[in-house]
Amino acid sequence: MIQIDNLQKYFGQLHVLRGIDLQVKKGEVLSVIGASGSGKSTLLYCINGLEQIQGGTITVDGVEVHDKGTDLNKLRQSMGMVFQQWNSFPHLTAIENVALAPKIVKKKSKSEAIEIAKKQLVHVGLEEKLNVYPSELSGGQQQRLAIARALAMDPQYMLFDEATSALDPELVGEVLETMRLLAEEGMTMICVTHEMGFARDVSDRVAFFNDGVIEEIDTAENIFENPKSELTQKFLSKVR
Amino acid sequence: MFDYNFHWRPVLKSLPDLLEASLVTLQVAVLSMIIGIVIGLFLSVLKLKARGPLKWFATCWIELARNTPALFQLFFFGFGLGALGIHLTPFFIVLAGLSFNNAGYLAENFRGGFNAIPETQLKAARSLGMTLWHAYTRILVPQVLRIVYYPMTNQFVWAVLMSSLGMLVGFRELSGETQFFASKTYRIFEYFAAAAIIYYIMVKLILFISKLLATRLFRY
Amino acid sequence: MENQISFFSSFGLNDVFFMAEAAYRTLLISVVSISIGTVIGGIFGWMLFEGRISATILLGPILDVFRSVPLIIQLVLFYNFAPIIGFDLDAFESGLVILTLYTAALVANVVRGGIASVGEPMRRAARSLGMNYWQDLRYVVFPIGVRAIFPSWVGVALGVLKDSALVSVLGYVELLRASQILMTRTQEPLLIIAVAGAFYFALSYPISRFSASFERKWSQ
Repeated sequence: MIQIDNLQKYFGQLHVLRGIDLQVKKGEVLSVIGASGSGKSTLLYCINGLEQIQGGTITVDGVEVHDKGTDLNKLRQSMGMVFQQWNSFPHLTAIENVALAPKIVKKKSKSEAIEIAKKQLVHVGLEEKLNVYPSELSGGQQQRLAIARALAMDPQYMLFDEATSALDPELVGEVLETMRLLAEEGMTMICVTHEMGFARDVSDRVAFFNDGVIEEIDTAENIFENPKSELTQKFLSKVR
Repeated sequence: MFDYNFHWRPVLKSLPDLLEASLVTLQVAVLSMIIGIVIGLFLSVLKLKARGPLKWFATCWIELARNTPALFQLFFFGFGLGALGIHLTPFFIVLAGLSFNNAGYLAENFRGGFNAIPETQLKAARSLGMTLWHAYTRILVPQVLRIVYYPMTNQFVWAVLMSSLGMLVGFRELSGETQFFASKTYRIFEYFAAAAIIYYIMVKLILFISKLLATRLFRY
Repeated sequence: MENQISFFSSFGLNDVFFMAEAAYRTLLISVVSISIGTVIGGIFGWMLFEGRISATILLGPILDVFRSVPLIIQLVLFYNFAPIIGFDLDAFESGLVILTLYTAALVANVVRGGIASVGEPMRRAARSLGMNYWQDLRYVVFPIGVRAIFPSWVGVALGVLKDSALVSVLGYVELLRASQILMTRTQEPLLIIAVAGAFYFALSYPISRFSASFERKWSQ
């Protein structure tokens, strides 16, 4: 379970996250929506320990992320993260991209790591591209590669940071399809997204972010069919 | 106009010695590159990430290496350290001088390379649970080395050319050997012309091999 | 040690002047050869860019020699070659000739790259406005190209400034040779090396900083 209490985050003078309280249970899919710059992505970085926080706590399976004694490298193994920019490692082939972390972080043998990598690349539908360098893959394929890379660490949680927003429109579908597949398999996911269709169909709950706070959080159905907050209504009427 | 008689025979006779000495040249240049790359990487990371004395140290090294003559640097490792009671052999004077210089110049190249890599690469590596050391050695540095491959080749050529300063500190690489024979036979022009040709061929070979290697190394 | 000091005079104010004068000689030979070398190099670079086959085949390899043979070998070679063809040149003159040609070879490469960087579309646009070839060169290629090559040119100039230390092997008493003389006399190598280093640094560092800030301003 991911438990966030009164999270405060500043960038210099800028107060980006202003008291976030949030709980994500095992097996749940949470979509986070809201205007750009509302702090959604920063929240994911904080959960992964890639950003320092200035107040509150984030605990993942009982471990406090920002505690000094926490082994972040170990904790991060339980959380896979997929970024907006497809950042596959350009100097490694697809299978090397996926096999690297199991090998050097989890100390798997080379053949084991390759096995895992193969399995995950098949999982995301890249079985034809095992020995291809990222530069020869489309944006959508690179993003699926990034998903496979994260899955290879056998994570308990997957964090998606606007995984489709840098893609050409015709490539968005294949990535969403892969994410949908993961959700159906019971993966616990937090998806920061601008894809309202995905948020509505796939997620259990949806959180609407506004100006560093969670303005409203509810089931997907309630948020989209009858939002309580005026701001939520306004936002949804704009993006629809 | 030409009342000078060229004598090439002695040069031909000592050609094997000159060629052997050019291997010494290559050897010291290669070693100084390896040392220079390792130190240069550390200096560039220090300059980018560190604060306080460590950053200051890196900056001093880089600026001194880049803003003083290579010969001056050689003198420092020769006469300068000698005054402190540290007496290096000619080989180590040249090696130290070239390594110091390579590290300084390469550090600036590496810095540019690191800056050219998107910040998200580091984030992605860390999000997979990699330690900072792994993220650098497995993800960032290999990419940097590719970006700076051609500047690195140029630096290597430069190291080969600079190693000729060895003749001023008594090191018998190609120039030192040339100098030795030239002063023994007084055929200065002939010997130095031969050395020039050997250097020229060496440099061309290095550039050629570097291009060949690039097609093998970088398939992406 | 106590006894030695009485044999050798220690480092004094006179010696600072001696070194300052030598620094002036370093500056003199550098400035003159960089100035002439830049002009010649500019013309060569333009020829390399425009001259198609003839210039590339003839000029290219010749300029290549200056970049592929150690400067110290070039200096010794030319110093000994000049009398053979009937020119009696002293150390300064020999050094000047070689440093000038060396500069020209490096600048030619930079200039060719600079002209190429201006790009065909921009030049075509200039010609379509009715400019003739020389107007295009003067009002389009030159101002844009100069910006593009300025940092590299400063790099070349600083390189020549530092490399001028090598003319000392011919006996020209520039900064480094002067330090060597003083080292032998005063037996205070560390101090003198530090002073010499400071002189070089003072000549080179401000220029490289200036160039870097210029580059930043232009790239904005």
